This record gives sequence, structure tokens and C-alpha cells, in this order.
Amino acid sequence: MTAGAAANKYLLDIQDLDVDFEQQRGLAQALRGVDIRLQTGETHALVGESGSGKTVTSMCIMGLLAMPPGRVNRGKIIFQKRDLLQLNENERRKVRGKDIGMIFQEPGKYLNPAYKIGEQITESLILHLKMKKKAATENALDLLNLVGLGKNRRVLKSYPHELSGGMKQRAMIAMAIACHPALLIADEPTTALDVTLQLQILRLLLKLKEKFAMGILFISHDLGVVKEIADRISVIYAGKIIESATKSQLFENPLHPYTKLLLLSIPDATKRGERLRAIPGTVPDAEDVPPGCSFHPRCPLAEDECRDAIPPDIDYGDGHQAACFLIGRKWIHS
Amino acid sequence: MDPFIEIKNLVKDFYGRGLLNRRKLAVRAVDRVSFDIHRNTVFGLVGESGCGKTTLVRSILYLDPPTSGEIRIDGTSLGNLSSHQLRSFRKRMQIVFQDPNSALNPKMRIEDSLAEGLVNRRFPAAERDRRIKRLLDLVGIATTHRSRFPHEFSGGQKQRIVIARALCMEPDFLVLDEPVSNLDVSIQAQIINLLLDLKKELALTYLFISHDLNLVGYFSDRLAVMYQGRLVELASADEIMRNPCHPYTRKLFSSMPGKNTAIGEAEDDDENANLESSDGKIAALSAACCTYADECPIGDRQCKTDEPELMEIADGHRIACFKA
Amino acid sequence: MIRVIPGDPALVIAGIDASQSDIDAIRAKLGTDAPVFSQYVNWIWDVMRFDFGDSMISGQPVTRLILDRFPLTLSLALMGMVISIIIAIPLGVISAVKRWSFWDYLGMAFSQIGMAVPSFWLGILLLLLLSVKFKIFPLFGSGTIMHLILPAVSLGIARAAVLLRLTRASMTEELSKEYVITARSKGMTERIVYYKHALKNALLPVITIGGIQLGYMLGGAIIIEQVFSLPGLGRLFLFGVYQRDFPLIQGGVVFVAFAFSLINFLVDMLYSFLNPKIRIN
Repeated sequence: MTAGAAANKYLLDIQDLDVDFEQQRGLAQALRGVDIRLQTGETHALVGESGSGKTVTSMCIMGLLAMPPGRVNRGKIIFQKRDLLQLNENERRKVRGKDIGMIFQEPGKYLNPAYKIGEQITESLILHLKMKKKAATENALDLLNLVGLGKNRRVLKSYPHELSGGMKQRAMIAMAIACHPALLIADEPTTALDVTLQLQILRLLLKLKEKFAMGILFISHDLGVVKEIADRISVIYAGKIIESATKSQLFENPLHPYTKLLLLSIPDATKRGERLRAIPGTVPDAEDVPPGCSFHPRCPLAEDECRDAIPPDIDYGDGHQAACFLIGRKWIHS
Repeated sequence: MDPFIEIKNLVKDFYGRGLLNRRKLAVRAVDRVSFDIHRNTVFGLVGESGCGKTTLVRSILYLDPPTSGEIRIDGTSLGNLSSHQLRSFRKRMQIVFQDPNSALNPKMRIEDSLAEGLVNRRFPAAERDRRIKRLLDLVGIATTHRSRFPHEFSGGQKQRIVIARALCMEPDFLVLDEPVSNLDVSIQAQIINLLLDLKKELALTYLFISHDLNLVGYFSDRLAVMYQGRLVELASADEIMRNPCHPYTRKLFSSMPGKNTAIGEAEDDDENANLESSDGKIAALSAACCTYADECPIGDRQCKTDEPELMEIADGHRIACFKA
Repeated sequence: MIRVIPGDPALVIAGIDASQSDIDAIRAKLGTDAPVFSQYVNWIWDVMRFDFGDSMISGQPVTRLILDRFPLTLSLALMGMVISIIIAIPLGVISAVKRWSFWDYLGMAFSQIGMAVPSFWLGILLLLLLSVKFKIFPLFGSGTIMHLILPAVSLGIARAAVLLRLTRASMTEELSKEYVITARSKGMTERIVYYKHALKNALLPVITIGGIQLGYMLGGAIIIEQVFSLPGLGRLFLFGVYQRDFPLIQGGVVFVAFAFSLINFLVDMLYSFLNPKIRIN
């Protein structure tokens, strides 16, 4: 099976993506060979802590990384049968906003304070779909309705600061899906929101996914949120995917020690007064990635071979993949 | 034994300017809040943005004195103190905020940030030095890093330094306002463990505020749920986690990510009015009704005309609701 | 306050050989023999009725003197402003967009030199070069656009230097903000990102400073007017001070203050137009 044929099956197929940043304090290895496969209609969560490379991945798909300090060493990002990395800037720009939409974490900061919401929605419609202003405005109204703000002209004419946090996030979603993109990248869209709002926004995203037959790449550090919304989950650590599985596979039977420890560190109200199972140490800086398995300095199970070589990605059945030498030999006890 | 901290009928109003520039009540941010905190326990406070928890905290610490009500710490009522006495009393209560970046002066080395608190107490340099070492040890920061600047540390480390600084006054009472919300999951656990250890070692009392119901339920001994300036439920953490009674508490629980079984099956409520709910809404005035009545699934006429008081429904479990 | 300065207008008017009685008569006519306080009160009373009194030296109403010269100063100030904007804003924006490029270095060099060089020196240089050597522009006088170009350029360049730095800094800051990422993520062209999204926000502080500069210039760019012998407000007030012409000076002060306040008010209006956050509902 050629790479081309395999790529056809997936909406987004990231193969062996390796990205570095040249910085003053050294070379930052942001992504060290990342593989992610996402199908249409699938919500794929990319889970990781800060500094693990999840945002770099999303920015790279969008082509928003500044390429002087950034450099793609190898890899392919195959989207709708084309390798995005082979396209020139103008072609990539045409994909952005039209075929791939993106929503961000803090809508207050990610919306332009000087322009009305309506204008910020219609500009995509006018640029990409060549709509005339009047049609675009009506279309924008429909979009607002879709995201739960009603056919509200007042909102169209409002400035971002006049809306509440939840409304701003919905407006941002309307902007991102305006051109009915095939893929939606959501970078921590609910992290800055209240709990009750989180749920509403997550439900909204799922509804829109159904309606437009989109794929969603959902980036988060919050395992609880991921459990709500994801079909498949990839866990990223220090620029590499260390485990990839369906939601039930990951939560019922986590294979990689990092995943397991992450799940165990979540507070449990029945264990009040007991210390939490914290993972010692911190996520390594991209300039200082440990040799071999990047998790080995913090791993309670680590052996010599973990330092000497990078563990390969192995499929343990039904598409549940993990990269660790010790799976099946040593276990973290609950 | 008397509770260490007693809050009685705390009210905080904010005024605007009405006609002819007269003072006009604009918002009642804290509406007759009462609760007690016992020594060496953790009292948790849960609420969403705009519920008034930050204002409540500022009032308790007397950073923004309350409009009315009483705050007693160890038997002493803060309202009775002169400003000089208040200043020395303040040393006993410290606060740790959510964002370590804004809490630490980026231009000061961390040993200087820590020394600030100690200098004011007139310690000789050698003693100051010893205390700084001890504080850094307590929170798990290598003393060899004492001359570094905040930006040279990670988020979790910065938060540890902020905690160390709060401790240099040797307080009894620590207010923790979302202390781990900005941190990664694995670091959160480390900081929570640190706080647990410190509580044991230094016999501290905590007021722990968070939007993470799971975390508060785990960390606290007693727990209160706040909505639009009022406490709607108050009980031991165990009780609330097992048996939440107030409709709002139940809504918070059901909204907790990870607890939902079938998210797709829920009603299509995001089409309409729910967008305004709990979304930064502030109570316009102290309405003589249940402030949750508008969204409450079990509310009725009585809820809109009468104000429910916090009443005991079981041993130590109080809720403010007519219907539960 | 000006009365504290030594110097008596009566003497200036009367001339060196005047007799004491002449001087006294002039003083009586001017009213300077009355106590200072009552002179001030009288003057305030007149100002309320827009009467600035008469110039002590020339005898003409101060109001007329000011109004005669105002159009010239206004034209000069506006031209200076226009030149300043034309140079500073495009160059500032390009500097920010293409940092460390040729244009950026050019802009920064210009800015440095512009701030270091006094405008009158530049004015004299331009005069020597373009009026004396090459005889393109007239040497002195007023009345046509040609008379105004060189002084406006001298004024404008000095102001442009400051405005350029500000534009560059403001634009750079806006370009680092998150909403720029959103605009790019929607597939907006770089041009739209820079000139629609970022620029509107970046212009805010620039407008404020620009407005203040205009206010100053309205008061009369004194030195420039001297260098180019332009009969503008600046020169008028300068001579007023030389000659201790109190009503003129006082009138001048009030006028400048008024002009400045008006400019500030207009700038505030413009600011609220550009920045929706501070509009009055």
C-alpha cells in the first residue's frame, strides 16, 4: 500500500513531523517525529502538558509558524490528498480559514477589539467564498444562530468587549466555521471558561461536527474534558506521541507509564488527606530533551535501555499504540 | 472549641453614581455570607466567575473592607482594630493567587522577593539568610537558585516561590485563590502535595478557592458553593460530593467534564437563553428572591418572591432553597 | 506674572528722549499706573466679553492682531502636520512590518537624525540651499504656498522623527498580539492583517501624540517663523514679550491655551471613533 493510498483514507495524516526552532539558548526540538491520523467525523484529542509540542503541531498544520526561527526537518502533513508542507505560502493561505478553521483559548485576546463581530465573520466569507457584503452579512447571521447566539443583529454590530466570555467564544467558533471547513482545530477552547459553559461549548462543537461532517483536532491538557469529547486520543510528551488509542482504550487500559501516572494524579475525593500520586520533576525543555525515551528521568519503571534508545511505536491490538520498552514487563500499580 | 475564623453576615456593596451624582447602589457583590473555619482545616469555596468569591476574599483580608458584617479571627473582630493593629494582624493571614507571573516582580531576584517580607520585620542579615534558606527548602526550591530571576523558573516552581513568600510572614491562615489553575496537571499534583505537607508541618488553616469541583472536593474538609454573592450550599466536603442538594450545586456537578456519561444525549439547550446564565452575570441589587430562580429546573413562584435562607437540612449540611 | 519682568512699555512707546511727564501721560493712557491687581481684574472682565484689549505698542486691538496672523500659522501647522504624517506613518508601518530590513534602517536613521537636528538649523540649511543657492523658493515674505513649503518641511521633519518611532513601536506591539494570529488563521492576506487589523489599533497612540503636536504648532512655531520671517502668531507673541506688550501677551496665552484645549478635544473625539472601548454609550 503506497503512502498516497493510505493517505486517502484520512482527512488529516501527519507523518513523522519533525520541527526545530533556532533560539538564542540553543536548538529547541519542538517536534521529534509526530504521527497523527484523523478521519472525517472523528474528534481526535491531542493531549499534553505545556511545552510538549501540542500548540506547535496545530500551528504547523495551519502554517502559522514563523519559519526563520522554525524549521521543518522532515515529515508530511497530508490534508485532502495534498501535502501541505509542499505548498507555497499563497496556496497554504487559501486553505487557512476555508478548509481548516481554528479556534483558540482566550477569546478576549484572540478577537480584534477594534472591529465588530459581524465584520470579523464576514471577512472570511468575502475573501474565501467571494460573497458580496449583503449576502455575507445574512450568512453571518445564520452562523450566529448555529452557534447558539440566535439571529441577533445586535451581536453582529457589537464589539468583542461588549460580549461575555461565553458569547465571545461562540462568536469565534462562528468565524472559524464560516466557510464550512473540513477540519476544525480547537486549541484549548474551554480552558478559560467556567465549568457550566465548558459543557455547552463542547456540545456545540460536537453538534457542528455532525452538521458539517468535520473532523476536529482538539488540543487540551485536561483529561476530564478530553473524556467528554474525544473519539481518539493521542498523548504527546516532549515532541513525540507516546500513546494513541480510542477513548475507552486509553481510560480503561492506559499502556504508557506517563499516561497511567497522569490519570492517577487526578484528585479523588474518596482519598482525602492522602497525598496525590504526583509525577516528580517537570516536562523537559525542548532545548534539553533527554536521550532515549524522553520520559525516562521521571519514570518510576525506567531501566538502562530506556536511556539508550528511543522506544518504537508498537500497535498492541485494535489500533492502540504506545512507545515504551517496558509494556507487558513492568506495571505502575494503582 | 471556637472556630478559628468566623465570618458573620458579610456584605460588600459597590456604588455607582446616580442622578445628581448621588451614591447609588450598583451591585451587591457579597450578600450576607456567613461561615466558620476551624483551625488546621481546609475550607473550600466553589463558584464560577462573577459569583463574588474574589470580592469575598478581599473583604475577609480587609484589603477592601466589607460594607457590613463581622470577621473574627481567633476571637478578635477585625472591624474593631485600628489601622496600625490591623497591619500587624494582617501578617497572620496571607494570600496565594492564581498567576505566579503577576505575583512576582520580574526584576527582583527571588531571594530579594522573599527578603522583602523579612526586612520589614527587622531581622539581622544572618537571620534573614537562614530563614530564606529554610523557606526555599520547605517549598522544594534548590537554595543554589536563590539569586535567580522569576523568568528562569517554570510555572510550578514560580508558584512554589509565591507560596514561600506567603509563608515568610509566618501566617496562621492562608487564602489560596485558584493556586493551581494555571499549572499543568502533573505539576498541580505536586503543588497540592506541598500544600498538604505544609499544612501538617506548620499547622496552617486554608481557605481554598477553585472552580475545579473535583479538586476542591478532594482537598477540603468543609465546602461552600457560592452563586451571585450568596452561599447556596454549605456542608462537609464528603457530604456535598456524595449528596449535593441545591439545584445549582447539582448543575455544577453535572457540568464537570469527565463525569458525564452520554454527552450527546443531553438536551439542546445551547440554542437559547442559557448563554446568559452564570456567564459573568452580576446581581443588580440584593433581590428579595432566590437569585437562581431564573434558571432553576425546580423553581416556582415562591422562589421568585421569597428569599431562601441558609438552613440546616441535616447535621452540618445547610442549603438555601425552598424546594430541595 | 509678566509684569514682574523689568521693563516698562511706556518707555518703549515714548522713546529714549521722552520727558517724565510724557511717560506719565502714556502710563495713564495705558492704565499701567493702576495697581497690578486691579489691572488684572479689568482685563479678565474684558476677556469674558472677548475683548483682549488693545496692544500697548501698536494700539490695534489684540483680537484683530491675532486673527490676522492666525490663518498663516494655521496653514503652516497643518502643512507641517501633513508632511509629518506622510513621512512618519508609512515609514513607521513598514519599519514594523519588515523589521531590520533596509526600510527599517532607513526609518530609524531618519528618526535619529530628525530628533537630533534642531528644526531651525534645518530651516536655515534649507534656506541656504534652496532659496539662496538654487533660488527655488522665496527667501522671505508670505502670501503664497511657495513661502510656506520650506518652513513646513523643517517643522514636519522634526515632528516626523518622533511620530515615526512611535508608529513603529505601536505597530510592532500590535503585531505581537493574539488577534493577529486569529486573522492569519482565517486565511487573511498579509496585507489585510497589517493594514486592516493591526494598523487600526496601532494608530491610537500615534493620533494622540500627533494631536498634541498639532496643538503646539498652532501656538506658532516661533523659531521657524523667525528663520523664515513669516508674519505668524509666533513672531507676534515673541515681539510682544520683547516689548512688554501686556495685553498682547495675555491674549496670546489665552489663545494658545484655547487652541490647545480644542485640539485635545478633537483628538479625544477621534480616539473614541477609533477605539470602540471608550465610546460613550
